Amino acid sequence: MAQIFHRSTNFIARFSVFSAIFLIGIALVAVLAVARSPYMTRQNITREQPVQFSHKHHVGDDGIDCRYCHTGVETSAVAGIPPTKTCMNCHSVLFNNASYLEPVRESYRSDKSIQWVKVHRLADFVYFNHSIHINKGVGCSTCHGPINQMPLVFQANTLLMQWCLDCHRNPEQVLRPKDQVFNMDWKAPDNQAEIGAELGKSYNLRTTAELTSCSTCHR
Amino acid sequence: MRQDMANQPKNRPLSPSEFFGDGRSERPPVENTVARGSLADDELFVPKNSNNFPLTVDLKLLERGEERFKIFCSPCHGLQGDGNGFVVMRGMKAPPSYHQDRLRQAPNGYIYDVTTNGFGQMLGYSAQIPPRDRWAIIAYLRALQLSRNAKAADLPAELREKLNQGNSTGTKPGGEPKPETGSTKDSAGGSD
Repeated sequence: MAQIFHRSTNFIARFSVFSAIFLIGIALVAVLAVARSPYMTRQNITREQPVQFSHKHHVGDDGIDCRYCHTGVETSAVAGIPPTKTCMNCHSVLFNNASYLEPVRESYRSDKSIQWVKVHRLADFVYFNHSIHINKGVGCSTCHGPINQMPLVFQANTLLMQWCLDCHRNPEQVLRPKDQVFNMDWKAPDNQAEIGAELGKSYNLRTTAELTSCSTCHR
Repeated sequence: MRQDMANQPKNRPLSPSEFFGDGRSERPPVENTVARGSLADDELFVPKNSNNFPLTVDLKLLERGEERFKIFCSPCHGLQGDGNGFVVMRGMKAPPSYHQDRLRQAPNGYIYDVTTNGFGQMLGYSAQIPPRDRWAIIAYLRALQLSRNAKAADLPAELREKLNQGNSTGTKPGGEPKPETGSTKDSAGGSD
């Protein structure tokens, strides 16, 4: 009986099986890469805001402390977006006829909130708390990046769970003395590992098992 | 793009809402609402003309006051209270210096009232600074005032001795403060 397929089809069959596996692998890697890309995490993407508020100007040039506006950051889960009245503390006098600031004045007159665009958005099943991080020596710039150099705020980190865990597994790499928490220019000293470990002890930091337990962040 | 669990039908702090007319998910409290736990702050209320100080003044309170002063007050009043903070340098009308007789003699209750409700161009800080911190700031403000208006005789004996030793060896005297003119021109306070 004559053969239906020529010998060379063996190669084609083998080739297509291997390339199918290969393609599935590539597709898997691509999906994971996209999930981690700025396209999905929105890392480094500047958001347009209703008023182009510059942290670079207010924090970097003027030196206003974070807590002047974000008053809740030491005591509550959310740092808080300041009410328009906080803007008016200065801008009722400074640049009080700049058209640029009209949305702020309009908000103050009409008692309608300015609808700021949220930049750091965590999934609703994450119960992040600012105050515990601040009070255990994690600085603002550790997560938010160099806010004092951002004319418009962007997300400096991925905010992926993997990124959270990097720290929760090895907190000593970022812990600062308490008086440095709000310092935007803080740089880790050379012996950060030792200092951080010591600080962790003095802050009564929980064990790694507790810090990485699911219910620490999800409940 | 996001999965359902990441976008739950619940309101987060300060999130917008289409349900209420003002577009806010949070409801403003009914007028005259007393927040839980804030009844204890009643004893921190001191009338305008009273010089009472409702807390015990210790180093901890002063340090807290210094920190809060630098956050909330120094932008306009300057780090030493001369009224030359960086916001003033940008064009805000300079607030009065703390180092003048009127404010040295102003009762604590008056300063508490100004901190809480504002005065002149200054808007009130009741929303940004809780009552206890306002008193910590007042304690620090008094310390600032004292720092330029103290006499050597006010020092404890031990420190006075140290001061005298310094004088006799000809090192930095620093004893009698120079008379305060209330001027904001001297650059002593403007290191921000």
